[in-house]
Amino acid sequence: MRALIRVVIATAVLLVIYGLQFGVEAGFTQYVQRIILLAGINVILAVGLNLINGTTGQFSIGHAGFMAVGAYAAAFIGVQLAGPVHGTLGPGPLADAIIFNLALLAGALFAGISGLIVGMPSLRLRGDYLAVVTLGFGEIIRILFNNATFLGSATGYFGDSPSGLPEYTNFFWVFAWVTVIVLLIHNLTFSQTGRSLTAIREDEIAAEAMATPSTRLKVTAFAISAASAGIAGGLFAHMQSGVRPEDFRFEKSIDMIVMIIVGGLGSISGAILGGIFVAVSLELMRDLQQYRLVLYALLLIVIMIVRPQGLLGTRELHHLLRRKKAEKPPAPSEST
Amino acid sequence: MTQLLQQIINGLSLGSIYALIALGYTMVYGILKLINFAHGEVFMVGAYTGFYAASALGVAGFEANNQSFPLYLAVLVLVLAMAAAALLGMAIEFLAYRPVRSAPRLTPLITAIGVSLFLQNAGMLLFSPNPQRYPAILSEVRFELFGVIVTNIKLTIFVVALCLMLGLHLFVQKTWTGRAMRALSFNIDAAKLMGIDTNRVIRSTFAIGSALAAAGGILFGLDQITINPLMGVLTGLKAFVAAVLGGIGSIPGAVIGGLLIGLAEQLTAGYLSPEYRDAITFVILILILLLKPEGLLGVVRVEKV
Repeated sequence: MRALIRVVIATAVLLVIYGLQFGVEAGFTQYVQRIILLAGINVILAVGLNLINGTTGQFSIGHAGFMAVGAYAAAFIGVQLAGPVHGTLGPGPLADAIIFNLALLAGALFAGISGLIVGMPSLRLRGDYLAVVTLGFGEIIRILFNNATFLGSATGYFGDSPSGLPEYTNFFWVFAWVTVIVLLIHNLTFSQTGRSLTAIREDEIAAEAMATPSTRLKVTAFAISAASAGIAGGLFAHMQSGVRPEDFRFEKSIDMIVMIIVGGLGSISGAILGGIFVAVSLELMRDLQQYRLVLYALLLIVIMIVRPQGLLGTRELHHLLRRKKAEKPPAPSEST
Repeated sequence: MTQLLQQIINGLSLGSIYALIALGYTMVYGILKLINFAHGEVFMVGAYTGFYAASALGVAGFEANNQSFPLYLAVLVLVLAMAAAALLGMAIEFLAYRPVRSAPRLTPLITAIGVSLFLQNAGMLLFSPNPQRYPAILSEVRFELFGVIVTNIKLTIFVVALCLMLGLHLFVQKTWTGRAMRALSFNIDAAKLMGIDTNRVIRSTFAIGSALAAAGGILFGLDQITINPLMGVLTGLKAFVAAVLGGIGSIPGAVIGGLLIGLAEQLTAGYLSPEYRDAITFVILILILLLKPEGLLGVVRVEKV
């Protein structure tokens, strides 16, 4: 019975998103639509990054690298799949949907595997090695893509056709994936595994004393986080007809960190708000391009000094609404 | 054979620059357990201070007349840059790190990333994002030694770096402040109980590390000819890897790590491909984290609850 209800709810949600798509395409200009799509992609990035940076307390500062891996893998595999799938099913929306989602999953797979490769050596240790390794990874992966001739080197990868990659990304797919990823990570965070991840954040030694396999859980969380950045990368690639190494500079990683810190490290609803905030503020500050990062940097420092828990702390919006009264924030943790 | 020697000489001079920067990372990490991400930017500001100081002292006039810049002025440039960077380091510590020093681990880390990002972009606004040619505060003299071309610049870099490192060693081993630094890195709370003004010692740690980074910045400018506001990112990262390779928290380790990273980079550039010179550092970091995470000279510390 419960399974049936779930299927009904899922179908209803997808139908609502599908319906909204027509509303959005009719009601908004191309410009606004683009911001909405970017906001959705940001939400995927922020919720994914929050799993490792916020919930698990291991700081990754090179997530743009995983987004790049996902974007390139999805773009390349999408182009390779287009021939055979169109050959068997004929061109049409069904074939396109199959190609697109397989490509996105491939992007997630590649990003997740690179997450494993990066995470395994650095997460065995306590301390902030992950920060340095991911910073290096973000830089190195760009050098690799810059030199990969079969992926278009520095000019970027635009597929085989002169018009660039097919622009599969639309409102429906972005928000269907937003729903999937947010639900997945929400359920993970509030499962037993999620509690273990929080325990690792609060005190790794104590968590290990309680028989929490900390290395395995940290690496798993990191790989999931990298894979969702890969999905976001795939959506991003199919939104602007090509991927360039320059799209995934260090600034992109910083944008992601701002998203999760403004909303509150460790809060999924905070990450969603942060993702939307960054998408909108990027557009508002377009004329202030060269001051944007200075402002973001000051924002990070000031938040850390004045309100390090961000807007929401580790709380969730829907939990706040559920019990408005007697809300007592958890005591700030102090790790030794 | 001569090519190998050539690469080794270039590698040692590059590596001694990394070593100078790595010292700042390792000293701060040793005491505060903080990866000071802004250290690479202090290195950048040091290089730019040297650039502007040399311009103010009229390096262009000497270059136009084909004269070499007088040595005492070159030393003055170095001292000015080191002093400016020391002030910057102390300011960063006071304004950004001290308020969050006792906060949970992630807070100072994010603050450090914020400071680094702020300095990078402030640098782009102040110094222009385009690369600048570094003034010839030392005119190049080439000479041959056993078939290997050695320039006085490479030699100077090596010698200056070596002198500074020796100075640091004497400072840490022989002075009161140096002993206090070692006490802090051993146990900061116990040091406080022994009446050490920890704030003062941390401030001087930042000052010394930043001054060394600035010296590294000027030497880097001499060696690489151009500087830009983002030069601290990759160089800082490499220097940090050098500190990890040598054993983070260990001063001789940082020197050895820096020289090894410099050598590895030059040999990769010479024998494999110049494009992978930046990637090799990353490979070394992964290997060291897998095989010997405490570094070459680091000690394994038992974590107590």
